[in-house]
Amino acid sequence: MIYQGKQRIWSDYQKDIPADGWFYVRSCIRQNFFPASEKYFLAICRDLLGHDIYETEHHTTCGGIAYHSDTIPQETAMTIVARQFALMKEAGYKNLVTSCITSFGNYTEILETWREYPELEARIRENLWKATRREFDKPEYVAHASDLVYKYRSEIAERARFRLVDKETGLPLRIVEHIGCHYSKMFPHKGIGGAEYPCVLSGMVESWGGEVVDYPERRHCCGFGFRQYLVKANRGYSVSNTHKKFESMEPYHPDAIITNCPGCPYFLDRWQYVIAEQTGKTYGRDGFGIPVFTYEELAGLVLGYDPWDLGLQLHQVAVEPLLDKIGIEYDPSAKYLGVNKEDLLKPQMPTVLKCC
Amino acid sequence: MDYFEELNKDYRFKEGFHTCINCGTCTAVCPAAEFYKYDPRKIVSIVQTRDNGKIESLLKSDTIWYCGECMSCVTRCPRKNGPGLVIMALRDLSIRLGFFTESEKGRQIYPLTKVLNGNVLNYGYCVHPATFAYKDHPESGPVFEWALDHKEQVYARLGANYRGKGPGALRKIPQEDLDELKAIYDVTGGTERLELVEKHSRAKAKEMGMTMEEYAEYTFTHCSTGHFNNE
Repeated sequence: MIYQGKQRIWSDYQKDIPADGWFYVRSCIRQNFFPASEKYFLAICRDLLGHDIYETEHHTTCGGIAYHSDTIPQETAMTIVARQFALMKEAGYKNLVTSCITSFGNYTEILETWREYPELEARIRENLWKATRREFDKPEYVAHASDLVYKYRSEIAERARFRLVDKETGLPLRIVEHIGCHYSKMFPHKGIGGAEYPCVLSGMVESWGGEVVDYPERRHCCGFGFRQYLVKANRGYSVSNTHKKFESMEPYHPDAIITNCPGCPYFLDRWQYVIAEQTGKTYGRDGFGIPVFTYEELAGLVLGYDPWDLGLQLHQVAVEPLLDKIGIEYDPSAKYLGVNKEDLLKPQMPTVLKCC
Repeated sequence: MDYFEELNKDYRFKEGFHTCINCGTCTAVCPAAEFYKYDPRKIVSIVQTRDNGKIESLLKSDTIWYCGECMSCVTRCPRKNGPGLVIMALRDLSIRLGFFTESEKGRQIYPLTKVLNGNVLNYGYCVHPATFAYKDHPESGPVFEWALDHKEQVYARLGANYRGKGPGALRKIPQEDLDELKAIYDVTGGTERLELVEKHSRAKAKEMGMTMEEYAEYTFTHCSTGHFNNE
């Protein structure tokens, strides 16, 4: 009886993700800071695993950052999204997959609002027609790109060259997972595992051999806060929230952090650098930080892709100690080379945070 | 103007405002309340009074600009309120009425509007390397200073299609698509919003004795003491 009850409750947190046929839209932030992650999302899910994921050059931002920074009216944001839906319809797709958590939250919020207020949906249809002469169908399903990697996690595990395991001890690596607020805090039933038991990232970690670290501030925001990071005067908010998370996870000695949202890995990585330079404190071993990865980067590493092809040289926190721990080979001299081994010089080293 | 009635026309307010029982759960989980002198419970409580004078004070205050719109409060409210959604409606009204220039944090709408919408209308995305200057973002670290110094080569190395034709990360968005975005702004009130923010900010800059360049820099960088709990 109790078991059946639990099964029923758990079923509320599951998502029946379609197997195929995805219209792909990119992220404002992931493109800038983790461009290789978007490349490898497609390389893994589309080219390696053979799933149908389509991209058109004509799509754009969803406007989510401008919207959550309160710089555009709600109808503007909705009509930009309606245009994305129109492009999806024109390309013959019914499922939309987005590379951004803010977008995922934005698409979900818009569809839920239209469901409740059909007159608003009608007005947006009119707006889109007036502005672009386009018409849209609502997607049958909206997924975040990590939902697909979660769905395909076993296929990735079957092809893995490495596991998230300490090569010396054979013990699982201890991984912190950070879901990102807009994945399931606004509409819990839209995220795998909901807001209470999100397992989109923990499912990947466990499938690839790692162990998930639980810690008190596991669900606390990374501190982006839109205007709270974008405006220089407000960044005390942003770094303070990241600091709170690191102080909370420190006693659990995580080996690495895996993230869902495009912004979170940037903030959790860069604020470690700032905290180290400002206070002298580092959270990893021997003066290093705790490396922070996107889910595409971690999938790429277990599949055996070159760390520098995956873009890990764009992290401020060095990833090499973790690569050594897993036993992943890399060429240190190739880290900062350009295309065709072009010499691009090297970044300066931080004063406190140890880097390679 | 009856501010409560005006707020009630906003779909985010309709969704996020029901009877508040003042339990304070939103404040307990709020990342902004942890550091700023900010209490979402009090904000919803003030709005609930429907007192025009008190709501006007809120619309002119720094307080409504402290929220990070993470929406952690939405998950936890036992009455299905969304204080973060109420904040979005308050901010929207504050901008429409020109009240945002009355507070330091509200005035930041000017640089935000300029940068984000400039990026959307010129590059098709809210953030773009062409306008992400290291001097404005020293926290991006020496590694990103290096990346920005070599952006064509670094982005090419990492598989992006930087300013190129066809699909891919950081591609050049075709002009006809940027034109459609502009047309969407024109039809939906986005362009009008940009003009409104410009108009009110110009008036405030004049009052403060600044050029628009000085005003943009000042609102982007200046932080007075007194915003944080420990000050």
